[in-house]
Amino acid sequence: MKIFDNPNIDFVKWRWHAIALSLLIIVAGAVTIMTRGLQLGVDFAGGTIVVVKFDQAVPIDRVRAAVVAAPGGIGNDAVVQEYGDASQHQVLVRVARTGEESSGNLSKLAEAVVAALKQANLGSFTPINTEIVGPVVGEQLKRQGLLATVLSMGGILVYIALRFQVSFAVGAVAATLHDVLVTIAFLAFFKYDLTLNVIAGLLTITGYSVNDTIVIFDRVRENMRSMRRDNLSHIVNVAVNQTLGRTVITAGTAFLSVIALFLFGGEVLHGLAFTMLVGIISGTYSTVFIAAAIAIMWQGRKPLKGQVAAPATSPERKAGRRRAS
Amino acid sequence: MNKNLRWRVITVIAVFLVFFSVGIYPLLAGRFHWPAPAWLLANQLKLGLDLKGGVHLVMRVNRDDALQTSTETTAEQLREALKTAAVGFSAITVTSPTSFRIEGVQADRDAEFRRIAEDQTAANYDRTAGTSGTHDFTMRPNIIKDMREQTMVQALDTIERRANELGVAESNIARHGSAGDQLLVQLPGVTDVARAKEIIRSTARLELKLVEDGPAATREALLQKHNGQVPPDMEIVTGAADLRTSEAGTMFFLVRKVAAVTGSDLRTASVGLDENSRPAVMFSMKPEGARKFGQVTGSNVGRSLAIILDDRVQSYPRIDNRITGDGRIAGGFTQQEAADLALKLRSGALPASMSYLEERVIGPSLGQDSIRAGVTASLVGLALVVVFMLVYYKLSGVNAIVAMVINLIILLGMMAYAGFTMTLPGIAGFILTMGMGVDSNVLIFERIKEELAANRGARSAIKASFERVFLTLLDTHVTSLIAAAFLFQFGTGPIRGFALTLVIGLMTNLFTSIFVSRTLFELALSRRAANAQTISI
Repeated sequence: MKIFDNPNIDFVKWRWHAIALSLLIIVAGAVTIMTRGLQLGVDFAGGTIVVVKFDQAVPIDRVRAAVVAAPGGIGNDAVVQEYGDASQHQVLVRVARTGEESSGNLSKLAEAVVAALKQANLGSFTPINTEIVGPVVGEQLKRQGLLATVLSMGGILVYIALRFQVSFAVGAVAATLHDVLVTIAFLAFFKYDLTLNVIAGLLTITGYSVNDTIVIFDRVRENMRSMRRDNLSHIVNVAVNQTLGRTVITAGTAFLSVIALFLFGGEVLHGLAFTMLVGIISGTYSTVFIAAAIAIMWQGRKPLKGQVAAPATSPERKAGRRRAS
Repeated sequence: MNKNLRWRVITVIAVFLVFFSVGIYPLLAGRFHWPAPAWLLANQLKLGLDLKGGVHLVMRVNRDDALQTSTETTAEQLREALKTAAVGFSAITVTSPTSFRIEGVQADRDAEFRRIAEDQTAANYDRTAGTSGTHDFTMRPNIIKDMREQTMVQALDTIERRANELGVAESNIARHGSAGDQLLVQLPGVTDVARAKEIIRSTARLELKLVEDGPAATREALLQKHNGQVPPDMEIVTGAADLRTSEAGTMFFLVRKVAAVTGSDLRTASVGLDENSRPAVMFSMKPEGARKFGQVTGSNVGRSLAIILDDRVQSYPRIDNRITGDGRIAGGFTQQEAADLALKLRSGALPASMSYLEERVIGPSLGQDSIRAGVTASLVGLALVVVFMLVYYKLSGVNAIVAMVINLIILLGMMAYAGFTMTLPGIAGFILTMGMGVDSNVLIFERIKEELAANRGARSAIKASFERVFLTLLDTHVTSLIAAAFLFQFGTGPIRGFALTLVIGLMTNLFTSIFVSRTLFELALSRRAANAQTISI
């Protein structure tokens, strides 16, 4: 069985359209983030989250009214929303602030929320999850997460440059960056919080995207030996077509397992699953359209590393290469 | 079957059995009460707090507290020594947590002063002499560094002891963050969060000090006899107006600055009853503490001894006679309060105060929901992939599934053996590993299809495919390994969990997709004619 029988699609031809489309999404994401803001979860922004589970269904408006009425002025910037499946009667209350770090009252706001809900007589409930992250830890997570990501990208860049071509390294890292940005744009469109679990999802798709890209570059490298006379665009196009079946199948199987995670994974995994869903689509797309396109652009008219190093001494071969490039 | 192939098959089966018994069998044995040796059950895959429920705290140890205490003590010791030697001076003041200053040292006793100062402070402090008998003492940078480090170690030990006393199984207490002053405390399964937090955080610094004057209702009344000045070797501490009921209002005591006995002199503490049959904390001393205590109480019969906990007077019993071994702290406790105080005294005082920076409480039900949902989703996803592989690659699909299952089992086994803790980001790493595993097989199969299309015969097609794809897999896996290594090195808790899963998964993946998968292909081919042209793919 085969999905594609000797495909011969000119992907490289579409590279400008692809880059334009990607830029459009990224810019739209940036505009959304600038106007509406990217919702940083309490992990990074700091703040207080209390999730309570009521024994019986309680109208969300009454919960909101109770929180707004809480002493200490919590109400004004509190977000109250249903959490998980409606049949669970779970409500999430989020406040952007915490109690003071130094006085040991970090949980003051969380306690005030619970007290207010108790006082409002909404029926019995149990707090099932409390997250309180002070500004110090939030800042620390942000900084370290960013540092770790930048350094790991740098590591990838160096390795690919050594094993393949500098232009390939740039292409792979650009494609990975592209996937992260596109995914963040979609997170902004659909108003997902940027939490630690979402970050884990983003890391997963960077891994996935790099893996996907390298398979094609590997094929390009292999083809370069047998197709010395052709220019890079053509070699890349052949490689993308040769690996198209594998690209689609891999993306398809990954998509299958992540869609299961998205549908059945529960509330806690929802953000993670959504991130991976978008990331897999974006990763596959960027592998086919973006990575190679950037590599070709970066390479420009410069000769490839392998071709220069190859002792191709016969005169007509040299001439052939010059003609091609 | 040739000899080489036989060895490969044996290797695969052996690896499978080892990791199955380490990673999977204990889980099943625990669930269905099958027999298993204890050492096998001890190395199980642990669940992180986000899956199990419990308390997660990040706290900052205010390390300067310990420096301050040390500087104050040194300044006091110098004061005492100078007094004994009758060297006059006008004042000693602590100017920062790491420095103090003496002013107005008698000019004609300067040599004597220098000798005593050298004796008392030279080990930890640098002295700079100013004009008119002023000297500044500053703690040496290396001493500051050592003391900060020691404070962290001591705080960690103390909290560990308290967590054990609380009866928390599998608590995790560790250094946290890059600043060096944070501790991570994870207490799985704890439900009374407020109590746990109280016990972890309270300094529990016990001091027994001689009462020089008081109690008095106001500070002014207390100092009346002393011309409104606190004498240099004394200090004012406060306690509740009625110590038995802890009623609101404050009483003031004038006590000696230097404690007769401190919490570090205690051997043990337990709950008992006071003379009114109310809960109290009984303590007994170590030999050295008992000797000091006997000396102080023996020479001060008839006076009061203030029992001070975290700078607050709990009670001030009169010394009726010389006491050596044991003592009692009464103070209107409930049974629970007395038990908690005894626990804190047993586990020792924290060397510095703590601030909470992060606090998460995950209810056990939420964790269970996450696990159930995660397992359901994984099984559904796995089933979908299995069906697809079988439909698309037919018999070779079986090969891919066997490789995937072995991969999963090795990964679980390794993580269980390494005492790894499974968290939600860890599960994400798992999914990526599985995805890359399937991808490796797809790469190989697609390549085999290409080679078969070139009519090279099944055997050489498989050989060529594996040899070529090995290079591809090496590059994809090494790249991911590099990324994971950086994430592990520079990331924080959950990100490290992700990275570690990925590192182990990538290595097992290379083994299964290259070695196991190829062995299975060759096993299938070994029953076929040497010039077989096709395989089921």
